[in-house]
Amino acid sequence: MTDSNTPLVELKDISISFGGIKAVDHVSVDLYPGEVVGLLGHNGAGKSTLIKCLSGAYQKDAGEILINGHSADIQNPRDARDYNIETIYQTLALADNLDAASNLFLGRELTTAAGLVDDAAMEAETRKIMGRLNPNFQKFSAPVSALSGGQRQSVAIARAVYFNAKILIMDEPTAALGPQETQMVAELIQELKKQDLGIFLIDHDVHQVKQLCDRAAVMKNGKLVGVVKVDEVSTDDILAMIIAGKKPAHLAA
Amino acid sequence: MTDTTQPPTATDDKSGPIARFIRQTEIDTRLLGMLGALAAIWIGFHVYGAVVNGFGAFLTPRNLWNLSVQTSSIGIMATGMVLVIVTRHIDLSVGSVLGFCAIIMGVMQVNILPGILGLGHPLIWIIAIATGLFFGACIGAFQGFLIAYGKIPAFIVTLGGLLVWRGAAFLVARGETISPVDETFALLGGGPYGAIGGVGSWIVGILGVAAVLGLIVFGRRQRKTFGIAQRPVWADGFLATVGCGAVIGAVLLVNSYPWPRGIVRRYAAAEGIEIPPEGLFISHGFAIPVLILVGVAICMTVLMTRTRFGRYVYAIGGNPEAAELAGINVRFMTVKIFALMGFLTGLSAVVASARLGSATNALGTLDELYVIAAAVIGGTSLAGGVGTIYGAILGALVMQSLQTGMVLIGFDAAIQQVVVGSVLVLAVFLDILYRRNSK
Repeated sequence: MTDSNTPLVELKDISISFGGIKAVDHVSVDLYPGEVVGLLGHNGAGKSTLIKCLSGAYQKDAGEILINGHSADIQNPRDARDYNIETIYQTLALADNLDAASNLFLGRELTTAAGLVDDAAMEAETRKIMGRLNPNFQKFSAPVSALSGGQRQSVAIARAVYFNAKILIMDEPTAALGPQETQMVAELIQELKKQDLGIFLIDHDVHQVKQLCDRAAVMKNGKLVGVVKVDEVSTDDILAMIIAGKKPAHLAA
Repeated sequence: MTDTTQPPTATDDKSGPIARFIRQTEIDTRLLGMLGALAAIWIGFHVYGAVVNGFGAFLTPRNLWNLSVQTSSIGIMATGMVLVIVTRHIDLSVGSVLGFCAIIMGVMQVNILPGILGLGHPLIWIIAIATGLFFGACIGAFQGFLIAYGKIPAFIVTLGGLLVWRGAAFLVARGETISPVDETFALLGGGPYGAIGGVGSWIVGILGVAAVLGLIVFGRRQRKTFGIAQRPVWADGFLATVGCGAVIGAVLLVNSYPWPRGIVRRYAAAEGIEIPPEGLFISHGFAIPVLILVGVAICMTVLMTRTRFGRYVYAIGGNPEAAELAGINVRFMTVKIFALMGFLTGLSAVVASARLGSATNALGTLDELYVIAAAVIGGTSLAGGVGTIYGAILGALVMQSLQTGMVLIGFDAAIQQVVVGSVLVLAVFLDILYRRNSK
């Protein structure tokens, strides 16, 4: 962690409401290079909504997003990609009728000199990255609807890391995975940290957050309860923040 | 089997020779099914005619040539409808837009342009067509805009369009039939003069054979470059033989349909040729509208399978939210897809009105249903994400074969409607069964 530098991302005073309900209410979180910030909270606490402002899926009503200290205007997912923000959505956001390579390169297809999509080259690249992420993956020509949950997840992860992301958003990346694959994601996160990426990790599993994250931001009912360094708190402290919405006593002062 | 790329496994031994054959040639089983259905329809009508009416009229060069021309107009539009349906939309307005474009082109070449350029000016047909295509594309883009940015369901927008453009066509020409169309324009509808003759057909055939062989050789080279398992040589050889055979067969067929005697006599008189006593055999060759359809099919297939545009069409159909999150401008894509549909409808209007030799207000009535049926019979899923261009064209051919066949054996219009409607429902049901079993 390098606290002295400017943060990679600063979400300042972000608010969004849907039909009068404040889904995110004046929340501020920041993220430094090489750091993993966990976002915790109940279902409907506003974690995913907050993060979708950064990935361009939603537009914030108020607040400011700074990237490397500069104000960033993110209107849609294309803008987010231009800022090297990659997202692994909870729903995975895969086109089920397309194969792994088409999904991996969706919106950023490799083309031949004639401007036609180069399926063979994309498949070759996909084989390369999948060989690194999930060596058991073999179904390259099948539509992703024919893949298992874990295989689909690895396609979504491959898509996020292939394009040299600087900021990675992972919305429950291990929800569909078995223990072995979860371990693989944990190792991947460690490796990406070393490459100085900043990662927002949304997760329900407090133990996993303690293990993977540097800091944890807890939300409740759209509001930020607090941001804590995971080494300074116990799992019970974090649980108390999630459930009761209170910062632990030894940090409150 | 000479296949060395795949080690024989237990399933290999169990599956029959047919399953093994299909797997190694990598032929789409759905395509086989459609070709089988088509063959059944053709042979069925021919045999029925031969037995009941004493004359099998279906499998004759004359009928098959006419069938090819009749399929063109619906086939051209069906290729566009594939994109619309794959992206989970529908276009009910194509029949009316066809009528409107035909009237616009009729007015241009009969009422407006001759007054400016002089009757029979060589630019008339080009300007008329360009106007028709432009109007078609603009109407499509406008409807697409309402659907994408106005968030009005495509069903409603194009249902409105169905009425609006039919009415607009009436208003433009006050309900009159506009004829005769420009002479060059009329060639695009087929007919004896609107075909490319024996020699021209052989040239097209040779190009076709070269394309088939080129594709197979290129495919082998691509697979080698990227280390993907090759088809066995015999399988590629088989595909090449079938492909080339189909092309050469088509050339032989269209070349064995001669001009009618009256037209030969007029042609001979005009060219100063002596007609020998046994008569003069002048082949039709491929009709120009059929070549237009083939050209459209090739372009659309390349568009759908080899360009980003086509990839996005399928992605939007598979998961619109994922497409949006992947940075695809789904709304603008919708506008482009409907504009393309409109453009193809304009092209179809060229073929339809040229074939008729005039532009009438009723041209294209009910075409939307045949076009949608063709796409759906051809395997395009109304749930989105699935559909092929060649399937839609085969679907159009199936629809047209049914209609032509029933006319030939003397079924009246009421029975034709019952049969066509039933076949549509049955085809979709079989498709659902197929998908369920292939999972």
